[in-house]
Amino acid sequence: MKNILEINNVTKFYKNSVKALENVNLNIKEGEIFALLGPNGAGKSTLINSICGIVNFNTGTIKINNMDVIKNYRNTRKITGIVPQELNLESFETVWNNVNYSRGLFGKKPDHNYIEKLLKQLSLWDKKDNKIKELSGGMKRRVLIAKALSHQPKLLFLDEPTASVDVELRKDMWDVVKKLNEDGVTIILTTHYIEEAEELSDRVAVINDGKIILVDDKDKLIKKLGEKTIKIELFEPIEKINGNLSKYNFTLDQTNKIISHTYNLNSNTTDITELLNDVKKDGYKIKDINTEQSSLEEIFIKLIQENNNELVRN
Amino acid sequence: MNWYGIKAIYIHEMERFRRTLFQSLASPIITTSLYFVVFGSAIGSRITEIDGINYGSYIVPGMIMLTILTQSISNASFAFYFPRFTNTIYEILAAPLSSFEIVLGFVGAAASKSLIIGCVIILTANFFVDVRIDHPLLMMFFLILTSITFALFGFIIGMYAEGFEGLQIIPILVITPLVFLGGSFYSINMLPEFWQKISLLNPVLYLISGFRYSFYEVSDVSLFTSTLTILTILIGCIIFITYTFSKGYRIKD
Repeated sequence: MKNILEINNVTKFYKNSVKALENVNLNIKEGEIFALLGPNGAGKSTLINSICGIVNFNTGTIKINNMDVIKNYRNTRKITGIVPQELNLESFETVWNNVNYSRGLFGKKPDHNYIEKLLKQLSLWDKKDNKIKELSGGMKRRVLIAKALSHQPKLLFLDEPTASVDVELRKDMWDVVKKLNEDGVTIILTTHYIEEAEELSDRVAVINDGKIILVDDKDKLIKKLGEKTIKIELFEPIEKINGNLSKYNFTLDQTNKIISHTYNLNSNTTDITELLNDVKKDGYKIKDINTEQSSLEEIFIKLIQENNNELVRN
Repeated sequence: MNWYGIKAIYIHEMERFRRTLFQSLASPIITTSLYFVVFGSAIGSRITEIDGINYGSYIVPGMIMLTILTQSISNASFAFYFPRFTNTIYEILAAPLSSFEIVLGFVGAAASKSLIIGCVIILTANFFVDVRIDHPLLMMFFLILTSITFALFGFIIGMYAEGFEGLQIIPILVITPLVFLGGSFYSINMLPEFWQKISLLNPVLYLISGFRYSFYEVSDVSLFTSTLTILTILIGCIIFITYTFSKGYRIKD
């Protein structure tokens, strides 16, 4: 699949000499949902704003559909939409006027049928004549999405799309994002809700201190860096782990009935068969077996901590 | 050219004007009426004709100019500062619009609003005094050029202002005194020679003088100098805006 977005060696300094992005390289494939993860102040929004023309970057190149975003800004911006993190809307304008205004800004002639379809798709149609100030936070978020989609972009940036929205609305938003992607829109979202990236994305990048520290398929990432824990519940409590089980790094819980062993999915052998045989050999009776896998959140925290430790060492 | 984009900004701004039509028109009409009552009737009745023109009629071009200047500046500065204040500017910056097109949309709307208000003032003046326009085309030329020029000036203020208070500083501290001292309510020939020379340093004098010529064929300075002055201010504003946009200052980090 061809790249819809190519970022090469992009560096961005703010006026106070704060380095917001450092040699960022990233390619986004057409049709994918890509999640950009990072803590607050990592450079996620700066990267998106640089791509969309909202901030100027200092060095490097950014291409959308093989067109430079500076030299060919008219063509690149026509196919790009952005949903900002903050609820930046004109409070006294109606939903209808707001969305049509956005379509005009992006150089598209009025198409009331399309805007009607879009508002219906986002459950905003019955609010079309309401002023923005009369809407709830969730509805305002939907208006921002409608504005970003008003000119039918191929590439959509969602900057923290579900920040400060309730769980129910978050699930609704996820459905909207999935539907858009099914309709052919490439989506790049920034988030610090790991479950969001886990739920939606095909690939994930982790950014910290202005640098991309990892890019990979979400599933591969979980597999590659993920740890799995096997928990064996015994019928009878044990006082101490010894015998054949002492060769494993087992831990015992407070009830002395559950022994846990953590292993990496990426290693050549997990020794689970041997482990279970050893439990049997030592005369323990197994009541239940449970496994838990690392979430993307745990992987993310681990990566950021490693990266921060490296920065401190340097 | 992104004509749809320019139109979107223009319509969006004019829509704001429509929403606040009463406030937009009531304020200049009431202010103008008060000037006519105070200067035209109360004080004007004691002043003899100036250059053969009745005093009430003489001050009409100056009062229109005062309104046009202040309205052009405040409309354009507010129009551009407001999206900066609410952060909705992101959408304009992310749109396929050149800086020229952005300026055209905002300044076009601000100048249009001023022109509408200017025409309303002329109509209002007719209720109080006889208004004669000897050169209507020249009058429209000055009216349009002044509206555009000072809308550009207001746009600059909107780019640089750091708060709503900042939008008011230049109009109150600079523009209003310049208009009052620029012969709005008198001819500079009525001043002592020293103050006449000082008045010639005031660029607004040239605008009012040229504009008054289009009404009554009387002026303090030549029509050519008046036209040259307004064109110089216009070009100065365009150069300044172009420079500011090229640096991204105040708009893009």
